[in-house]
Amino acid sequence: MARIVGCICTSHVPAIAGAVAKGLEADAYWQPFFEGFPPVRAWLERVRPDVAVVFYNDHGLNFFLDNMPTFAVGAADDYLNSDEGWGIPAHGLYAGDPEFSWHVMRSLINEEFDPASCQRMLVDHAFAIPMQLLWPHKSSGPRASVPIAINTVQHPLPSPRRCYKLGQAVGRAIASYPEDLKVVVIGTGGLSHQLEGGRAGFINKSFDLMCMDKLVDDPAALIRYSIEDLIETTGSQGVELVMWIAARASMTGSVTKIHSNYHIPISNTAAGLLLLENRDAPAPP
Amino acid sequence: MRDHSESRSSETRMRTDDGSPHERSRKFAAARVIEGTPIFDGERAVRGYALNRMCFSLNERANRDAFLADEDAYCRKYSLNDEQINAVRSRNVQALLSAGGNIYYLAKLAGCFGLNVQDIGAQQTGMSVEAFRAKLRAAAET
Repeated sequence: MARIVGCICTSHVPAIAGAVAKGLEADAYWQPFFEGFPPVRAWLERVRPDVAVVFYNDHGLNFFLDNMPTFAVGAADDYLNSDEGWGIPAHGLYAGDPEFSWHVMRSLINEEFDPASCQRMLVDHAFAIPMQLLWPHKSSGPRASVPIAINTVQHPLPSPRRCYKLGQAVGRAIASYPEDLKVVVIGTGGLSHQLEGGRAGFINKSFDLMCMDKLVDDPAALIRYSIEDLIETTGSQGVELVMWIAARASMTGSVTKIHSNYHIPISNTAAGLLLLENRDAPAPP
Repeated sequence: MRDHSESRSSETRMRTDDGSPHERSRKFAAARVIEGTPIFDGERAVRGYALNRMCFSLNERANRDAFLADEDAYCRKYSLNDEQINAVRSRNVQALLSAGGNIYYLAKLAGCFGLNVQDIGAQQTGMSVEAFRAKLRAAAET
């Protein structure tokens, strides 16, 4: 049976891709951010997950307002990271696993979640940057990915509570897949930041650190916030916290924090990184 | 690639709705007002459709080249209204947001103008870019 080996949450600020392309990882501005990743890569090297399930939000590469799903599950042979219009490098194709994706779709719909299914899906920086940070050489990465997009473009957005339940349902979907696979669940985005309006540049360090703490042992503590609460407390793009909540909620075993990092600022954002290991997951019924 | 031949202007969409702008706001708008924080809700998504569709097209290099070669013609091709065309001309992010723009789609337009997120943050807050960066750095000390 498939099992979840752990959960990794990380920011996906576009400027990160520019810094990698220019080789600036050791630069004084970037070093406090990039120094978070070697321990996570060492864990991945040891655990070697077969598949990554990635909760991310599209920023207007694949989805437009003509057709805006609240939740969308990739079910393609591969996913193209293509040009987003403002100059960060595109990373080409990432392999999919349609059979696994359709299992996730069936399981979610049986549990009364109704995501869109995408047999063609462009994936933007919110998918590609975390993949690049975790596996700098694509060939050393998981053999396949299942991208799951959560709408953060057009309100109303799904609540933290709903995203938590989605994560739990995805966790059950993974645990019921008959193939013997090691799965890592990734949540991308955040932490506090705001790009638009007179409050642009808003960051809330104490709230971010509280969330990173609660995600380890008590993630359900975060579902009492509404989307509007999150916008007010963590900025209009800080709502990307819902991806972290969904990813964390997928884990059902004994959860241990392996590593974390937090740094302000990367671009306009408080950048966070959290690696949780899922141990002794109970055998599926 | 997506079909950009669809010609659904914001004007056409407005006419299909029987309410005044205020009534439309009541029907589609988000509830809570958070200072300095435009919420891209149904009301804005309807009003900003043409502008955002134009920005969405800028994912493709050929479209960016066409936009930069003749901005006004490109805006007309996407049926932007006068407020939206003027907002594009002004390079003013607050004006683009007021005209129904969504920040993620507008980022592609800003990229065409060579503006990054610190530039647009500084512009929206009335600060110099250096002062805006200093404000971000200061958030680490809180």
